Amino acid sequence: MAAVPAAVLSLTLAACGGQSEGSSDTGSGVSGEVVSDGSSTVEPLTAVAGELFKEENPDVNVSVGTAGTGGGFEKFCIGDTDISNASRPIEAGEKKICEKNGIDYTELHVANDALTVVVSADNDFVTCLTTDELQTLWEPAAEDEITTWDQVNPDFPAEEIELYGPGTDSGTFDYFTDEINGEEGASRSDYNASEDDNVIVQGVSGSQYALGYFGFSYYEENADTLKAVEIDSGDGCVAPSAESAQDGTYTPLARPLFIYPSKAAVETKPQVSAFIDFYAQNDDSIAETAEFIPLNEEQQATLEQAASELTGS
Amino acid sequence: MASIGAVATAPLRARKAGENSPASIGFLVTLWVAVAVAMICLLTLLVTAFVDGYPRLDGALFTRYSSRVIPETAGARAAILGSMWVIGTTALLAIPLGIAAGVYLEEFADEQRWYNRLIEVNLQNLAAVPAIVYGMLTAGFALAIGLERRVVLAGAIALSLLILPVIIITTREALRAVPAEIRQGSLALGATPLQTVWRQTLPSALPGVATGTILALSRALGEAAPLLLLGGLVFVSYDPNGLMSGFTTLPIQIFSWTGQPQEEFQELASAAIIVLLGLLLLMNALAIIIRNRYQRHW
Repeated sequence: MAAVPAAVLSLTLAACGGQSEGSSDTGSGVSGEVVSDGSSTVEPLTAVAGELFKEENPDVNVSVGTAGTGGGFEKFCIGDTDISNASRPIEAGEKKICEKNGIDYTELHVANDALTVVVSADNDFVTCLTTDELQTLWEPAAEDEITTWDQVNPDFPAEEIELYGPGTDSGTFDYFTDEINGEEGASRSDYNASEDDNVIVQGVSGSQYALGYFGFSYYEENADTLKAVEIDSGDGCVAPSAESAQDGTYTPLARPLFIYPSKAAVETKPQVSAFIDFYAQNDDSIAETAEFIPLNEEQQATLEQAASELTGS
Repeated sequence: MASIGAVATAPLRARKAGENSPASIGFLVTLWVAVAVAMICLLTLLVTAFVDGYPRLDGALFTRYSSRVIPETAGARAAILGSMWVIGTTALLAIPLGIAAGVYLEEFADEQRWYNRLIEVNLQNLAAVPAIVYGMLTAGFALAIGLERRVVLAGAIALSLLILPVIIITTREALRAVPAEIRQGSLALGATPLQTVWRQTLPSALPGVATGTILALSRALGEAAPLLLLGGLVFVSYDPNGLMSGFTTLPIQIFSWTGQPQEEFQELASAAIIVLLGLLLLMNALAIIIRNRYQRHW
């Protein structure tokens, strides 16, 4: 939340000045549409970028859809969209379709996320879980077997566990199962699944013996009713935070978020090229405004480099 | 011919004999409990929506776009205008087609023909097909003719397909309620079948047709699934300006907002729900007024 006031101020000022003058004072003078679709996790980021970009370029309309990472690539690879938002890298099958249709693209890493394992704020026995304990709890073999906390760790009480998590369509589910259970999509299925993370928030905060997982921003917004579990992947317990996600210590649940601009769109549509430049140069403030974990310096340099190579500016 | 009132009260009197039996009292109690549960759920939803959304129910809701940067003053302008564009286009597509099809099937089609019977059976089934299937159908259709899927026209086609069976069926019901004597009188005076339909039957059936059509449109207004499947956008910061423009609608926007972690968006979603409910009530009220004012009894 800390980043919001500054952004609000600059936006309000820009709004006051921009309304009457129109596009004449912005110099770049680009206009048209920028169409993006894809991951609902990345949507807020691209939406903020679009909103801030519009303040400088009122004639450009940036629109964002939430078809999911896979659904986004489906449209992207037939040329329906200019930019695809993704919470995981493009997969081999998707690459092939893009290739077949002659869609060339660049992968831009634009923000970080920390998948956060949460328990209720009333939970007084869990502060840290090892990745092995998480696997014991979530692997397919745990179904109907691991039902009480003492089965995960003998120090925990013999109380029944209530599990919450995202549904199988979610990129968060794909990433978590891949990192924890070793295979994408492999998970026990006897948990309360919801595509709406707010449902998981309510479920976990309502019970002392509940556990769930989702993206970091949902934890940040609900830090008063939830407790983030520290993760131990062999080098000690690390709490999820902006810092630990940036410096790579929050393994294995820190993940990169991407946008995939189409090269053809960048070359033929000046507004897409200008938007990518804006996105890369202001990525830090965009991420903070959207309440995402920004890139570290090295990642930021890589992004700017890749973006300028793409747009040729 | 007996008056409507007499017909309506007849079954009541006939029921009187068994009215005090334990079974019938038990049944009555069950009915009341069912009604009460439904009403309490509905009321809870309405009250929570009003309590959460009331502070955001201001001018900004109608004049400002959705904003990630300042959710405190964001509005649903793009969604409200988007809903109007899509529903307007849906009405233009579905109403003439639906009424024409209803008139053909009721007044002109030969029911002995196998193809007319096939249409008849399919219409009843189509009215019960889940909304998302029409979204998939339209997505495939749009891809085949090279139409972009996320535009107003594609959304309107999906919603038109969705409500077409309902419009056709209500049109036929309304036409069926027009007494045969009116048609016979018109024909006897030398009018052609087409003139009879155009000047006598259809105008007499219009209140019923209008009621059904408005109810169908209000269903389309509340529909999110087929539009989401077509790739209805969730972040739009411009007014739709034509059939080929990208759009978002109120249900899509509400769906998207309720999934956000920020409290402001939950409140905004509640405010948008109130607007959507208001629009739906308005349309349903219009349907009732038209029915009560213009409906004729023969």
